[in-house]
Amino acid sequence: MTQDNRLPAGGLIDRSRTLSFEFDGKTYTGHPGDTLASALMANGVTLLGRSFKYHRPRGLLAAGSEEPNALIQLERGAHTEPNTRATAIELYDGLNACSQNRWPSLKYDIGVVNSWLSRFFPAGFYYKTFMWPERLWMTYEHVIRRAAGLGVSPRLPDPDRYEHRHDQPELLVVGAGPAGLAAALSGARAGKRVVLVDENPQLGGSLLGSRDTIDGQSALDWVAGVRAELAEHPCVRVLTRTTLTGYFDYNYLIATEHVTAHLGPQASDDLPRQRLWKFRAKSVVLATGAIERPLVFADNDRPGILLASAVRTYQHRFGVLPGRRLVVFTNNDSAYSTAIDAASAGVAVTLVDCRDTAGDAAERGADAAGVTRMMGSAITGVSYRNGLQSVDVMALSADGTRVDGPVQKVPCDSACSSGGWNPAVHLHSQAKGKLRWLEDTHTYAPAACASTMPHSSVGACDGEFSLDQALNAGWAAGGATGPAPSAERVASIGALRPLWVVPCDHPVGEGPKKHFHEFQNDATAADLWLAQREGFESIEHTKRYTTTGMATDQGKTSNVNAIGILASSRGITVPEVGVTTFRPPYTPLTFGAIVGQNRRHLFHMVRKTPIHDWQADHGAVFEDVGDWKRARYYPKPGEDMDAAVRRECQAVREGVGLFDASTLGKIDLQGEDVAWLLDMLYTNAWGGLAVGKCRYGLMLNEHGMVFDDGVTTRVAENHYHMTTTTGGAARVLGWIEEWLQTEWPDKRVHATSVTEQWAVMALNGPRARAVLEALTEDDVSNDALPFMGFKEIQLAGVPARVFRISFTGEQAFEVNVPARYGRFVWEQMVAAGAAHDMVIYGTETMHVLRAEKGFIIVGQDSDGTMTPSDLDMDWIVSKKKADFLGKRSLTRSDTSRDGRKQLVGLLSEDPSLVLPEGAHVVSELRAAPPMPMIGHVTSSYFSPNVDGGRSIALAVIQGGFKRKGDWVDLPLIDGRRVRAKVVDPVFVDAAGERVKS
Amino acid sequence: MSRYSVFSLVRNAFSYHQNWQRAWRSPDPKREYDVVIVGGGGHGLATAYYLATECGITNVAVIEKGWLGGGNTGRNTTIVRSNYLWDESAALYGHAMQLWQGLSQALNYNVMYSPRGLLHLAHSVHDMQEIQRRGNAIYLNGIDSEFLSPEQVREMVPFMSMEGRYPVLGALLQKRGGTARHDAVAWGYARAADAAGVDIIQNCEVTGFDIQDGTVTGVQTSRGRIGAKTVGVVTAGHSSVMAEMAGFRMPLESFPLQALVSEPVKPVVDCVIMSNGVHAYISQSDKGELVIGASSDAYNSYTQRGSYDIIEDTLQAICEMYPLFTRMRMLRQWGGIVDVTVDRSPIISKTPVRNLYFNCGWGTGGFKCTPGSGHVFAHSLANGDMHAIAAPFSMDRFNSGALVDEGAASAVAH
Repeated sequence: MTQDNRLPAGGLIDRSRTLSFEFDGKTYTGHPGDTLASALMANGVTLLGRSFKYHRPRGLLAAGSEEPNALIQLERGAHTEPNTRATAIELYDGLNACSQNRWPSLKYDIGVVNSWLSRFFPAGFYYKTFMWPERLWMTYEHVIRRAAGLGVSPRLPDPDRYEHRHDQPELLVVGAGPAGLAAALSGARAGKRVVLVDENPQLGGSLLGSRDTIDGQSALDWVAGVRAELAEHPCVRVLTRTTLTGYFDYNYLIATEHVTAHLGPQASDDLPRQRLWKFRAKSVVLATGAIERPLVFADNDRPGILLASAVRTYQHRFGVLPGRRLVVFTNNDSAYSTAIDAASAGVAVTLVDCRDTAGDAAERGADAAGVTRMMGSAITGVSYRNGLQSVDVMALSADGTRVDGPVQKVPCDSACSSGGWNPAVHLHSQAKGKLRWLEDTHTYAPAACASTMPHSSVGACDGEFSLDQALNAGWAAGGATGPAPSAERVASIGALRPLWVVPCDHPVGEGPKKHFHEFQNDATAADLWLAQREGFESIEHTKRYTTTGMATDQGKTSNVNAIGILASSRGITVPEVGVTTFRPPYTPLTFGAIVGQNRRHLFHMVRKTPIHDWQADHGAVFEDVGDWKRARYYPKPGEDMDAAVRRECQAVREGVGLFDASTLGKIDLQGEDVAWLLDMLYTNAWGGLAVGKCRYGLMLNEHGMVFDDGVTTRVAENHYHMTTTTGGAARVLGWIEEWLQTEWPDKRVHATSVTEQWAVMALNGPRARAVLEALTEDDVSNDALPFMGFKEIQLAGVPARVFRISFTGEQAFEVNVPARYGRFVWEQMVAAGAAHDMVIYGTETMHVLRAEKGFIIVGQDSDGTMTPSDLDMDWIVSKKKADFLGKRSLTRSDTSRDGRKQLVGLLSEDPSLVLPEGAHVVSELRAAPPMPMIGHVTSSYFSPNVDGGRSIALAVIQGGFKRKGDWVDLPLIDGRRVRAKVVDPVFVDAAGERVKS
Repeated sequence: MSRYSVFSLVRNAFSYHQNWQRAWRSPDPKREYDVVIVGGGGHGLATAYYLATECGITNVAVIEKGWLGGGNTGRNTTIVRSNYLWDESAALYGHAMQLWQGLSQALNYNVMYSPRGLLHLAHSVHDMQEIQRRGNAIYLNGIDSEFLSPEQVREMVPFMSMEGRYPVLGALLQKRGGTARHDAVAWGYARAADAAGVDIIQNCEVTGFDIQDGTVTGVQTSRGRIGAKTVGVVTAGHSSVMAEMAGFRMPLESFPLQALVSEPVKPVVDCVIMSNGVHAYISQSDKGELVIGASSDAYNSYTQRGSYDIIEDTLQAICEMYPLFTRMRMLRQWGGIVDVTVDRSPIISKTPVRNLYFNCGWGTGGFKCTPGSGHVFAHSLANGDMHAIAAPFSMDRFNSGALVDEGAASAVAH
């Protein structure tokens, strides 16, 4: 196909090169510098998509990121991207695009039946029906869901990567149109560190689509000069293809740089697809321009009807016009430039102006260019059949509510409208800036901004529509002295006649023609009125009821029109209607860009112990515990987990085992008030702990509930080594810091996380000492290092801290060495242990062994609702201490009542049956739920060491201590009903002799 | 109230929808009501509806500072479920679940309650223990609950990654869990309450309480004094402010909670998926938008606005669950203010002021209980005594220690 709509000359495209691309399976050509939208326009393709609700045929409305209609599925396979605005896609060779939301084809779409039935589908119709019968809702919904949605989400892994960058400019300028360029240049000359961002590939903004003059030269030459000068300033960063999308507290702003969008899938793998910039800016200048709003006239959504400014942009930036016979419909002077420029290119232009007169310059220019003017008139209908055929024009009444007289049919193949301009106040509003309504141009413009987000708005986004004022305001905001760039002072909008809804030959909303203010979601003026009639008066209600402004363009072209329509129908002012909140992002922001590199293995760092690699080499099976990888068990060939764990469990109790406990939380406490702090943190008394001694403690939260436990050791006079649970390490450190910083700032304690500074190896079993002795010349006998003792020794030539503590109930030594020696010492121990048939065991065996002893795991056997008393640990709660954290709560009526859940042991009736953890004990077994629950199994294992091998469990049961010896029922979710006997939770060595051996 | 139906829709189509009635009136406040509900969100409107339709108290006003449903009702991620651990919670949320069924028909308003199924993923042994315990409890409380193997999860959610940083080891499924259309819930209750005689008064801010001899007698508002025999305060994130006006402290902390949606796409996520391990949740709206949320901001605030880093964390988690979604785009993000109790369970309670009741503390998960909350609160207000299901949620529990600690058990974002 040839580019029939391409003008013979003009545009910022490179005509020397031709690019080939595909749309809906057909091949077309374009040029570098085109967008997909301009290239399709050049090829005469006007039908680009279907609307969301009615599936009406839609074409381009805009030339920029405000486009609501022309959403396409870009590329296929792994590179596919739904809902992409054709106006924002730079053309590259081989580009592949498809239309969306249509079946079987864009031209013949079955969904158009919705359009025929649209009379029955007003705003909110779905709240009124699809209710009968109730069970069919899921069927209705299934159909609705399939009809809804637009494009298709990717189904293959994303081959691209994304990255984050940070910058802290003194001056961040958003938008590189005339005002923004003036601001950036001014800032650069004033010596500031400037960042200038713009969503377009070139600098210039509105200047790219116009024919203005600045400082006596063509605007494009002026832009080139500014670009060159900015490039020479070392402290200026210019980012094109970069959209500032979010403005957050304290001038924190987010922008996305589309690094490879213009290259397509063939872009180099070295480049990220998008780069997300995070700016913390000292000052911000918003120069985001203005967005034209369409006139809301009968069937204004037909393909081929654009915004007036868009037509001008297509002409000057891309050298293309949408047709040969153009109708321009306007209520202000700005569209005259479109008409004049198009006429100059040889297009037959009819200008329909709802005003009786326009500005002098505008009228003279139009007449000189040969534009046919129809003043005081309005478009009242559109003939569309596979393209625009004509528009109907009628005379508009003085009050703008009626059209009169004969219908004049104006043949045309394209049309455009201008209903005025909306300053792009989105970022200002995101920054909690207030808005003011300008009565002359009928627009919202920025007013005061929040003190936490200081910025200024300049140019069109400030409601200043003349080029000269934009340049001046930008220059002043940049902070330079010297004269600002200057341009001829022209009144670009003139006297605007507000005409929020253009009447037609039947009452609006009561006939076949539709007046759209919101294109993508198919919301019409009649929908707004219906919402009002039904009491959805708040603008927020109207928005939600009609879905105005909730499409992918977030109402860039529709919101102000909606507000105007509501104001005029209710007879109130626009500000009285109110505005909805502009929320980030300005344009949709790619998940990948937000996520950046923090994917897969970088999502959450994998924490590994110094011994991890040895474990991996020796066949360990790992489990995730928080961010840690912990060796769960070490299967020998042919062993499953059960077999491996039984072997490991038995070997520890009968000989010796070695366990990597490095993940245990460790906090180094120093200072003269540590003993005092420990007394407050733990329930038991710490005053008398001698240097070289360890003590076990429980920590409670404010409610008196156990929240962590561990052993703390006094390694020197004012120096303690605290251990916490693996999962609780950060929480406990935060807890300590919170109390020290907020309640006890006078206490002299330094708390430092040393979890990763120490490798911890636990030797457990009757022959543990023998293994240790093989590696040290220091005395580690029971006398020199008794149970709950601590000693610093030389082990395998390395300084080591040895704690005589045990989580298995066996003779045990927890050896801590600096992490860098961890693997070496581990290997030495493995070697020394060989003579004693030492087993290496993992967390699963650790769990079984401690359960055999009735030792709890905080977070498993207790869950934040258990007091020490509930755990049968009253012995660890000091009755003498004046205070400790949680003490107050222990005496509360519910916390101290009888019948609370209490920790007990359970033995299942069938010794081979391992009760499922999380199974509940019921007080009354019934045929079916509901059944009253009185507790649940917290830990459950097969123990090879109890009764020659049987299952054991820990549980918490209401009044459990008094139930010992009773049988209880556990109905399982799979229908099984099992019985178990309540017993003491200590299954092995109840006297506690072994640990002291 | 003219009834909505497909027939009324067709009939009105022929008069170009010119003759639809207002969904609710816009009356001036009367001098006095039997019950004044402060707060026109879902819970407040539901309370008024049940007062008028079930408790025979129709002289009721709902007073709303802004627009109906503009707080957390219109800002949540629309998830409905009742798979809670503790019996007290199961009774409350299970009660709501029963009311969700048939709610559209009862209100004559399609709230689009959609039991699409809700999955809680487990990524570690600890997660598995948690869902086993909770799933068994839910089962024994007579609520639907199933465990899924990784294979079953894969079948149910085909595009989700099973082998990420934290592989999926299993899941807890509640089939009746799903979503509902949040705005429609507020509007449906408002319309039905209005039809039953309730005055709904928007743009009316309560500025103080009239309290005589320890008994509330009315409220001061931006539209003058409104007398009331009983006042129910249902103001979510601003409940602590209201309590202060009434002269006592409410054990709440208010945090910003954010959510976001993607651009709409054709169906790709059929059920609701929650992961406490990876920490995010996702569903897809009928319109096609992916609806995504995670944890609240860490600091106290009354601004309906959160910080960007939460969005980043949330989407990292979502893209960990769904690596395919990195090319999807965030369309809109917003924040609300959630009122969080220390045990992550609500407060439905009498207060130190006679005849003044509070219903608050729903934290990050109030939407799902809208019908149940309104129902038990209405009965409590009507009888002057707390409904049996509401009784465990009295604010006395913070003195007695009888917490309903959903947070302790699972540390879940609701």
